[in-house]
Amino acid sequence: MIGFSRVPLLAAGVFASYPGDHSILHPAGPQASNIEWLYWVIFWIVFVVYVVVVLGFMRAGARTYTSADEMLPIMKDEAGDRRASWAVGSAITITVLTLFAVLVMSEITGKKVEGETSKNPVTIQVIGHQWWWEVIYPDPQADQTVTTANEIHVPVGKRVVILTNSADVIHSFWAPSINGKRDLLPGYSSAFWLQIDQPGVYHGQCAEFCGLQHAHMGFSIVAEREDAFSQWKAQQLKPAQDPTELVTVHGRDVFLSHACVMCHTIRGTDAGSRLGPDLTHIGSRQMIAAETLPNTPGALAGWIVDPQRIKPGNRMSPNPLQPDDLQALITYLQTLK
Amino acid sequence: MDPIRERPVLDVSGLPTVMFGKANTTWLANLLYMMIEGTMFALVVASYFYLRTRSSSWPPGNLPPTLGWGITSGAIFLISLVPARYAQRVAPSGDRSKIRWGLLALAGVAVIAMVVRGFELANLNCRWNENAYASTVWALLGLHTGHLITEFIETVVILCVSFTDKMEGTRLADVAINSDYWYFVVVTAILSDFVIYGTTRFL
Amino acid sequence: MAISEPVVVSQSGAADRLARTWAQPRGFWGWFQNVHHTAIGVRFMVTSFIFFLLGGVLAAMMRWQLVRPEHNAIGPDLYNQLFTVHGSTMIFLFAVPMMFQGFGVYVVPHMCGTRNIAFPRLNAFSYYIYVVGALLLWVGLFLKTGADAGWFAYVPLSGPEFTPGKRSDFWAQMITFTEVSALGVAICITTTILRYRAPGMTLNRMPILLWEKLVTSIMVIFAMPSVMVVSSMLLMDRTINTQFFNPSVGGDVLLYQHLFWFFGHPEVYIIFLPATAIVSTVVAVFARRHIFGYVPIVTSVVATGFLGFSVWVHHMFATGLPQMSASFFTAASLMIVIPTAVQFYCWMATIWHGRLQLKLPMLWIFGFFFVFLIGGLSGVMLASVPLDWQVHDTFFVVAHFHYVLIGGALFPMFGGMYFWIPKITGRMMNDRLGKIHFWLFFVGFNLTFFTMHFLGLHGMPRRVYTYTPEMRWGALNLLATIGVVFMTAGILVFIANFFQSKATGRFAGPNPWGAGSLEWATPSPPPHYNFLELPTVNGREALWEAEPNQPIVGGVREDIPEVLVTNTLDSEPEYRDELPGPSIWPFLTAIAVSIAFIWSIFSPWGIAYGAIPVVITLIGWLWPRGHSPSPRVPEPALEARWIR
Repeated sequence: MIGFSRVPLLAAGVFASYPGDHSILHPAGPQASNIEWLYWVIFWIVFVVYVVVVLGFMRAGARTYTSADEMLPIMKDEAGDRRASWAVGSAITITVLTLFAVLVMSEITGKKVEGETSKNPVTIQVIGHQWWWEVIYPDPQADQTVTTANEIHVPVGKRVVILTNSADVIHSFWAPSINGKRDLLPGYSSAFWLQIDQPGVYHGQCAEFCGLQHAHMGFSIVAEREDAFSQWKAQQLKPAQDPTELVTVHGRDVFLSHACVMCHTIRGTDAGSRLGPDLTHIGSRQMIAAETLPNTPGALAGWIVDPQRIKPGNRMSPNPLQPDDLQALITYLQTLK
Repeated sequence: MDPIRERPVLDVSGLPTVMFGKANTTWLANLLYMMIEGTMFALVVASYFYLRTRSSSWPPGNLPPTLGWGITSGAIFLISLVPARYAQRVAPSGDRSKIRWGLLALAGVAVIAMVVRGFELANLNCRWNENAYASTVWALLGLHTGHLITEFIETVVILCVSFTDKMEGTRLADVAINSDYWYFVVVTAILSDFVIYGTTRFL
Repeated sequence: MAISEPVVVSQSGAADRLARTWAQPRGFWGWFQNVHHTAIGVRFMVTSFIFFLLGGVLAAMMRWQLVRPEHNAIGPDLYNQLFTVHGSTMIFLFAVPMMFQGFGVYVVPHMCGTRNIAFPRLNAFSYYIYVVGALLLWVGLFLKTGADAGWFAYVPLSGPEFTPGKRSDFWAQMITFTEVSALGVAICITTTILRYRAPGMTLNRMPILLWEKLVTSIMVIFAMPSVMVVSSMLLMDRTINTQFFNPSVGGDVLLYQHLFWFFGHPEVYIIFLPATAIVSTVVAVFARRHIFGYVPIVTSVVATGFLGFSVWVHHMFATGLPQMSASFFTAASLMIVIPTAVQFYCWMATIWHGRLQLKLPMLWIFGFFFVFLIGGLSGVMLASVPLDWQVHDTFFVVAHFHYVLIGGALFPMFGGMYFWIPKITGRMMNDRLGKIHFWLFFVGFNLTFFTMHFLGLHGMPRRVYTYTPEMRWGALNLLATIGVVFMTAGILVFIANFFQSKATGRFAGPNPWGAGSLEWATPSPPPHYNFLELPTVNGREALWEAEPNQPIVGGVREDIPEVLVTNTLDSEPEYRDELPGPSIWPFLTAIAVSIAFIWSIFSPWGIAYGAIPVVITLIGWLWPRGHSPSPRVPEPALEARWIR
C-alpha cells in the first residue's frame, strides 16, 4: 500500500521521518524518561528475582531427584523443615521489602511525571473521534483558536497540557516516546501533561479499542523550535488560501459541490461542518487519514475516491469523481498549506 | 491379607434425618443465595450513589418519588413479618393446619405488597429511560420486585404442598427456611425504599 | 508407612445395593437425568476443553492475520469478533468451567469422602445452563453477528449507539448464563465442603484443594453478581433505553468499568486459585511428603480471596484517576503478590526437603513455576502506575495475562489432567507422548508470548487488526505466529494420547500415584456410590495417616441415596440427608430459563412471558417426591458412637 517518501521539514529545521519514534525505551521528554528509568529499575529487580527463584526450584529438584519408577514411601524431614521455616521466613521478608521498594519508586516516579506542570503551558484540546483526532489550540478569542486534526505541533522544551475529551467512545492518547497514555472518556475531561526535549516527530496511536478502525487511528506530535512553532501556529490561524489558478478554483468548486462539505470545514469557504477533520491547512500535514497514508497526490486520490478500501468501516463514504475533477480537487487541497 | 476383617464402625444410624435451623444444608444454601442477591442489591445501591456524585442536583430535574407509597410499602413489609415468623415457629411441630394458615396469611400479605409495589412504581415520577437517575431507581425497585414475585410464588407452592400428605420431614424445614428468605425480602425492601426516598429528600 | 486401602467388611451385597441405589439412568433421555457429580464434572471438563480448542482456533486465526504487516487475510469486522469471542470463550467458557466447575465438581465430593455433591440437581442445571450460554456466543459468531467489542465490552462502544444489532446482547446474555452456572456450582461446592466432609476431617485437616475450592466459591458468590449487574445494565441500555452509561443524561462510562472490574479481577483469582490447589496437591504427592507450610498456604489462599477484591482499579489506571486512588490500588496490587510468593516458597521447600519423583503431572507443575512466575513479575511492573501508563492496553499486557493465565492455569490444568485422568478413566496416560506434549507446548508458548513483551514496549497497542511495515513490528509478529504451530502440535499430541490411553492404557488401579487424599481410596473409575465404605479421617493426608484400623462410617442407608451431614468446624456427624435421585427437571428448567433469557434479548416481554415455563419447571423440580418415608417430626439426636 504505502511506499512513502521521507519529507524533511526544512522550514522547521527538523528532519521528520514518519512514523516518528514510538518506543517506551526511546524517550524524548522528561515524563517518558522518568518512566523508562523506572522500567529498567523494576526490570532488573524482577530479573534477579526470576533467576534466583528458578535456580531455587532447579536446585530443589536436582538435590532430591530420584528416577525410581514406583512411588516411594512417604517421608518426613523435620530438621529440614525447621531450616526451611527460616529460609521461607527470610524469603517472605525480602519479598515484602522489595515490593515496598517498588511501591516507593513508583510513587516517586508518578509524582515526577505528574508534577511536570506549569502555570503557563501550551494548552491543547484533544477530542477523540472514531477514527481521528480533533486537535484544538484554544484561545479566549475565537479567531485565535487553531483547529486541526491528527498532527500536533508543540514547541521543544516547553510544558504542554492536553485537555482530553471524546466525542463518541473511549479512546486513548498514547505517544510512547513522550509519556504514558491517557484515556479519552466521553463525559470527562482531564489534564495530561507532556514535554518534549528533542526536536523531531513522534508517533502516537489510539490505545483503547474503539471499533472497526482502531488500528488506523494514529497521530503524530511534531516538536519544533519555538520560532518554528509560532510560525506554524500563525499559518494555521489564517483562513484557507483563495485559489487563483483555474485548476485550483475548479478544485474548490468540486469540494463545495460534493459530499465533502457535509463533514469537512475549510475556513474561508462556506464549508463549516465539524463531523470530520478540519481541512483548512490539509496541505501542511505530512500524513492523512490519521497517520495511515502519506500526504501525496496518489494517496490522497485513492483515499478520496474509496476510503472504505483503506479503512473499511470508517465514516467517510466513497466519492467516485471524474478524473479531471479529482485532479483539480487534489491540486486545490495541496495548496491549503 | 485377609480380605474380610473387622473394622471399627462409627455408627450413625441413630442420627436424625431432618434438621431445623442452621444445621440444615438447605438453610446454608439459602444463606449463600442471600449473599449473592444481597451483593447485587449492594452494587445497585453503590451505583446509585456513584451516579449521584456525578450530578449536581438529585433527582436531576424530576420530582422525587411520591413518599406516601414508599411509606405504605414499608409498612406492609413490616406487617408481613408477623405471618412469616408465625409460619417459621409452627413449622417444626408438623401441625399442618397451623402451617397452612401461616403460609396463607404470608401469601396474602405478599399479594398486598405486590399491589402496593405496583402503585409505588407508577408513582416514582420518572420513567426508566429518561436519565441515569431514573434508570437506577427503577433498577433497584425492579430488582426487588423480582424477588418479591419469586418469593410469593415459592410461598404459594409450599402452601400447596401443605395441603398434601408430603408436608412432613424436610418439607417442614423448608417452610421455616422460606420465612428466612422472606425476612431478606423485607430487609432489602426497607433498605431500598430508604435509599430512594431518603436520598431524594433529606440525605 | 503403608498406604491404607479400603477393606471389605463382612457386608455381602453392599456393593450391589449401593450400585442399584446410586445408579444413573442410561440411554439418550437417561443422559439428561444424570445427577451424579462424576458425570457432571466430566461433562464440564469435556465441554470446556472443546471450547478451549475452539478459542484456540480463533487465536490461530488472529495470529495468522498479524503474521505480516498489512496482511489482508481477515478484515476488521471479523477480526474484532475473533478477539472478542476468543477472550470471552477462554475466560467464561473454558477457564472457569474447567478449573472451578470441572475439577471442583469431580474431585471435591471424593476428597470429602462422600457419595455425591450437595444439591445434585442444581449442579446438573448449572451444566446445562453453561452449555446454552456458550452456544449463544458462538451462534452469534457463526451468524456473522458476533460480539465484537472486546471480552470486557466497554461502553459506549458496546452500547446501543455504537454497536447496533444483537452483537453485544449475545455477549451480555452469555454472561448471565455462565454466571448463573458458576453461582449454582458455588452453592453446591460450598455446601459439600462445609457439611459433607468425612468424620475426622476437621477444618485443620482439610486438603488444601478443599480450602481453595471453598475460598473460590465464596469469591464467585461475591464477584459474579457484579458482572451480572453490569451486563444487565448494558442489556437494558440496549433493549429498553435505560441511560446508565449515557453521560449526557447523568450516566457514567466509568461506572461500567468499576462494576466490570470489581468482578473482573476476582475472576482471574477464581481461575488461578484452583490452579494453585492443583499445584499444592501434586507437589506433595511427587515430593512424597506432606506439603510444607500447610497453615501459611491456607492463609495465603484465604488472603488472596480477600485481597482479590481490593485491586480492581488497577485496570483503570489510565483513566485519569485521583492520585490517592492510584496509590492505594498500587499498594494493594503489590500486596497481593505476597500470598502467592508465600505459596511459591512453601512449594520450593516441599521439594527441597522431600524426594522428587518427576512424573508427568509434576513436569507440568515445574512448567507452571517457570512460566507463571514471568507473568507474576510482569504483573509487578503493571502494578506500578507510571509504568502501567505506558504498557497498559499494549501487547505487553497481552503477554502478561497470557503468562499468568496459561502459565498459571493451563499448565496446572494439564498437570491435573495427567494426575486425575487415570482416576476418571481407569487408565494411565502415555508418558512419552505426555513429555512431547509438554515440550512442544512450552517452547511454542514462550515463542509466541515472550516476543509480545517487546511488541508492547515498542508501541504496539492491543486489538489492532493490522499495522504498517514502517512500525517495524513485522519480525516479532512473525515469531509470535510461529509459536502457534508448536502449541497446536502439543495439544494434538495430548488429544491423541487421551484417546489412545483411554482405550489401551495401563490399568491405573485405585492409587497409581501413592497419593494421600480420599479420591484415591476408590476404584478407578469410581462407581457411582464413590466409596463402598464411607471413610473417616485421621490427618491432613487421609490415606497416608490412616490407622491400620481406621474406622469406617456405618448406618447410612444403602437403599436410598443418603449421605452423612457433618458439622462445619469439627466434621462431627450431625444428621443423614436423602439426596434426590436422577431427574429430568434440571434439564427442563434449564431449557425454560434459556428461552426466557434469549427471548429477553429480542423483547423486554421475554422475561415476563418466559417466566411462566420457568415457574412450571421449577414447581416440577421442587415438588416433593416422597419415595421413602421420612419421620413426621425430627427424632432426638443421638451421639454417634464407636463400636467394634
